[in-house]
Amino acid sequence: MHMPSEKIVPSSDLYAISSSTVRTPDESPRPVRVTARDVSVFYGAKQALFDVSIDIPEKAVTAFIGPSGCGKSTFLRCLNRMNDTIEDCRVNGRIELDGQNIYDAALDVVELRARVGMVFQKPNPFPKSIYENVAYGPRIHGLAKNKAELDAIVEASLHKASLWSEVKDRLNEPGTGLSGGQQQRLCIARAIAVSPEVILMDEPCSALDPIATAKIEELIDELKQNFTIVIVTHSMQQAARVSQRTAFFHLGNLVEEGPTDMIFTSPGEKRTQDYITGRFG
Amino acid sequence: MNTALVAALLLLLLGFAYQAGWSRSRSLATTGGRLHSRPVYHGSLAAIWALVPALLVLALWTLFGTTATRAYIIAQLPAEIASQTGAALEGAIARIRQIESGFGVVGETAPYENAAAQALREFRLLTFAVVLASAAGTGAIGLWLARRRITTALRARNEVEKAVRIVLIACSVVAILTTVGIVASLLSEAIRFFTFVSPADFFFGTVWNPRFSTTGSGPSGEYGLLPLLWGTLMVAGIAIAVALPIGLMTAIYLSQYARPRVRSTIKPIVEVLAGIPTIVYGFFALVTVGPFLATLGQSLGLQIRATSALTAGVVMGIMIIPFISSLSDDVIRQVPRAMRDGSLGLGATKSETIKRVILPAALPGIVGAFLLAVSRAIGETMIVVLAAGNSPYLRLNPGEPVSTVTVTIVNQLTGDTDFASPQSLVAFALGLTLFAMTLVLNVAALYIVRRYREQYE
Repeated sequence: MHMPSEKIVPSSDLYAISSSTVRTPDESPRPVRVTARDVSVFYGAKQALFDVSIDIPEKAVTAFIGPSGCGKSTFLRCLNRMNDTIEDCRVNGRIELDGQNIYDAALDVVELRARVGMVFQKPNPFPKSIYENVAYGPRIHGLAKNKAELDAIVEASLHKASLWSEVKDRLNEPGTGLSGGQQQRLCIARAIAVSPEVILMDEPCSALDPIATAKIEELIDELKQNFTIVIVTHSMQQAARVSQRTAFFHLGNLVEEGPTDMIFTSPGEKRTQDYITGRFG
Repeated sequence: MNTALVAALLLLLLGFAYQAGWSRSRSLATTGGRLHSRPVYHGSLAAIWALVPALLVLALWTLFGTTATRAYIIAQLPAEIASQTGAALEGAIARIRQIESGFGVVGETAPYENAAAQALREFRLLTFAVVLASAAGTGAIGLWLARRRITTALRARNEVEKAVRIVLIACSVVAILTTVGIVASLLSEAIRFFTFVSPADFFFGTVWNPRFSTTGSGPSGEYGLLPLLWGTLMVAGIAIAVALPIGLMTAIYLSQYARPRVRSTIKPIVEVLAGIPTIVYGFFALVTVGPFLATLGQSLGLQIRATSALTAGVVMGIMIIPFISSLSDDVIRQVPRAMRDGSLGLGATKSETIKRVILPAALPGIVGAFLLAVSRAIGETMIVVLAAGNSPYLRLNPGEPVSTVTVTIVNQLTGDTDFASPQSLVAFALGLTLFAMTLVLNVAALYIVRRYREQYE
């Protein structure tokens, strides 16, 4: 393993960084797509997230790891404002997508969610046919002018989600009839169909068996060529396998983040060290 | 028979048997090793063994007791009276029973009547004692057998579970049998009606004019169902047209938009609508809604009568709003949150999510709520009696008065009725028609729901 050339910086120092690129282990620095500064989240009076600041690079996989209840999913849900749907949830701080504040009153949350797609912990295909599941997003956003275009979008999305060969002969069967792994890939295809820039994945493999998990991981690796991916996972091996950058959350704080190889080989914080060596969590 | 006394004795038997089974198993456990079932089950099993035979004896007496008593009374009567038939014999028997009980005796009693009544009194006392003794006896035998069976290996728990299952099956059978019984009684009376009027005239007749109940003499009138059926469908249709949109939108607001505090305030208030007696809705229709609609019609240049299909339909619609809103609210809330999040996460708006994901997923439940409301509307009587105008003619205009099947049943069965005339028997044919309508609705709905539901796990 080569020695990291970059120094790990505690996340609070990120403010000081003026450059808008972030290094990932596979290659040279990448432009930053999503920037978060001092993000705090409150559920009623209870604070769930404390001043999180992070830069998320384009066309790479960023993994959020940490023990249960550490706030990693909460932070993920801030990135496309899914926390808006929860009563009593309040978000402070600033999150920018391509330099635009997503919590700005002028920004349409519907448009944001079309640009920042989401895949959930448990596969949640709609109780509709496979075709309708994928066509759902393009339909509501009016992305296809006619049936032929819609068909093309559906096919392309299923291809990108490596599901096409398995379902091409039964597009009209219910999506809920697929296996768990296929359902999750269907949900990924559904998210891809609206051509988002960023895809958020909230523990996408936690309800799947190891073989289905391997397929999803392979898929994530392919998808990073076209999409910016943020994945929450409780599996450190998964983070190590699929991600280029890793952020470690603990008790609502972002403890540290950096290139995945550095986080796993020479973390800067003792808490990170303890967590990745299995001391707690 | 003295019911309170019997009940007390049965309870005593139950308690005693339970105690016997419990203590026997306890003492076995201390000497003979580990029990398969806990003493509670042994006690329950003993109680079942004691109670079931006793109840069987009592049930037999309830079934055949009256016949036996009747036979005994006839045997006490002088031969010339006992050999009578029909009303005369029934009268004589009834009179003996009256004298025996001391209620409702009219006129002087003949000596033979007094003698028979006295004998009946003694017979009753004797049979009561015998029945009670045999019930207690069989109960005791059952208990003795049950107690003998108790060993540490006896699977009392499994047997009690089996008994529980049988009781539960019996309870559900009661509901089925009641339905069958209602249909049978409706059917037999309706068949009697059809001996007076041909089914074709009834089902396809367009004139409803049953005349008065003049038993057996003169023309019996015309019994065309269609005006009533049309009235029923029109009023129910208007009611649904009012209630379905309002109810469904209320449900959507309550389940998707309202804050929890608002919801917990509004929902009970809406549900109060369902608790208002229908006769009060009738007043409301008659005094407020009818005149209002009439004035409204006038200002629009329409002829709307104060009592009309429209008045009854609108008020009935208000009445069934809570059926639709409350039930739909419940089923909409049962749609998993994951469905909602999935749609919102794709950038769908709240109303798109509701229209395209939540409502389709909740459809079976909503159809169920809708059907319940339709059945209520078809079977509703009081509002229509007061507000629909009771005018059984085929009219297309909802602003005119109509009559419905239920109102006509009320009309045919109130006042002096003779259950042998077609004028009252027609009520059963009408009732059967109503029943058939709701049945068809339910079956159709079940089919639709099975065919088109979008199933989420």
